[in-house]
Amino acid sequence: MADEVILLDFWASMFGMRVRVALAEKGVHYQYKEQDLWNKSPLLLQMNPIHKKIPVLIHNGKPICESLIIVQYIDEVWHDKAPLLPSDPYQRAQARFWADYVDKKLYDTGRKVWTTKGDEQEAGKKDFIEILKVLERELGDKPYFGGQSFGFVDISLVTFSCWFHAYETFGNLSIKKECPKLMAWVKRCKEKESVSKSLADEKKVLELLHTMRKNLGIE
Amino acid sequence: MGEEVKVFRTWSSPFALRVVWALDLKGIKYETIYEDLSNKSPLLLQYNPIHKKVPVLLHNSKPIAESLVILEYIEDTWKHRPLLPQDPHQRANARFWIKFGEDKVFPAVRDSLLKQGKEQEEAHEAALESFKLLEEELKGKKLFGGEEIGMVDIALGWLANLVSVLEEVLVLKFIDEHKFPLLSAWMRLFADIPVIKQSWPPRDKLVTKYIAIREARLATN
Repeated sequence: MADEVILLDFWASMFGMRVRVALAEKGVHYQYKEQDLWNKSPLLLQMNPIHKKIPVLIHNGKPICESLIIVQYIDEVWHDKAPLLPSDPYQRAQARFWADYVDKKLYDTGRKVWTTKGDEQEAGKKDFIEILKVLERELGDKPYFGGQSFGFVDISLVTFSCWFHAYETFGNLSIKKECPKLMAWVKRCKEKESVSKSLADEKKVLELLHTMRKNLGIE
Repeated sequence: MGEEVKVFRTWSSPFALRVVWALDLKGIKYETIYEDLSNKSPLLLQYNPIHKKVPVLLHNSKPIAESLVILEYIEDTWKHRPLLPQDPHQRANARFWIKFGEDKVFPAVRDSLLKQGKEQEEAHEAALESFKLLEEELKGKKLFGGEEIGMVDIALGWLANLVSVLEEVLVLKFIDEHKFPLLSAWMRLFADIPVIKQSWPPRDKLVTKYIAIREARLATN
């Protein structure tokens, strides 16, 4: 019996992209349904009534919400191929810790970089770079955060890379200069089709954020 | 081969209690190391350099930090007396509610303690809204895990521990018996489970602690 897999997503969401990458890694066929976040569909509101957010994965009619929870779900259901989490419990804990670190820190700090000015932005920029440097140190000389293979932490972080151009433009900073090893890791990840096909176009992201800044009255 | 399990905690940390509860439910023996957060030990700083917080679990000399990460580790390592369902969709649902607790319930209750005036009112409102959703989730169940305690109960257990304390300290109602009958019943049931009860921090000490926190906050403004 065929699985029915639907993804409710927004093209620019780095959280939605995590799910796209995970599904691609597993070779799962799914239907992508673009959502208008400013005019939410009845389906989205029905499938995620609590948060009303994307991404939502609908598997045989049942919804799963929250991007990293969805990625773990995907790993558990389609377990016969491309494991995303290590099998060793300690390694799994390390992967969960670092994905949690990305989730706790990166989006909100990055948001300060593109939505604030002056001192607040300077402080945001400093924190943002510091967080990327912590992650770069954790990566070390490994090809991927998971070691030899691309996995959970890589997925949780790499989708932010298509927003880097926007962060750099609005924040007047160079992530490549501050974190060269991290940028090399981004490049390595993008060599994987599952990643390159899932990331949004960075120029389009920049355009979107320009528009949002205008609506927020920042420019 | 003996397994060396150590838990770094404080006497009252609600996050550390989660780890204690999970280990006790699974019957895992461990050594407890109490930390003074105003004077953190070199070991704690070595084992959790990123966040420098309790709890930390040390298993055969390997440290794991962040209470929810530790819960998943305990579940992965000691597979008896499971805390998560087997079915992937039910597991995802459990994780959803655990995250809801962290992202919505806890910050609202915390801010009700730490903020004043309008900000406190808004935090209190947000807390009540979050309890409504928990109340819904409990329909047809006595515990979030169903018939037995699960990871969601453990993750939300701090409510059973702290809500009545904060209600006394702040003179503010959070979980009214009539508005939230299921959640109230859950808190009583959870607190009464022997394995949970045996590690309950003393209530009078908690009241003293949170009064001090509240007064310190009021003094800084």
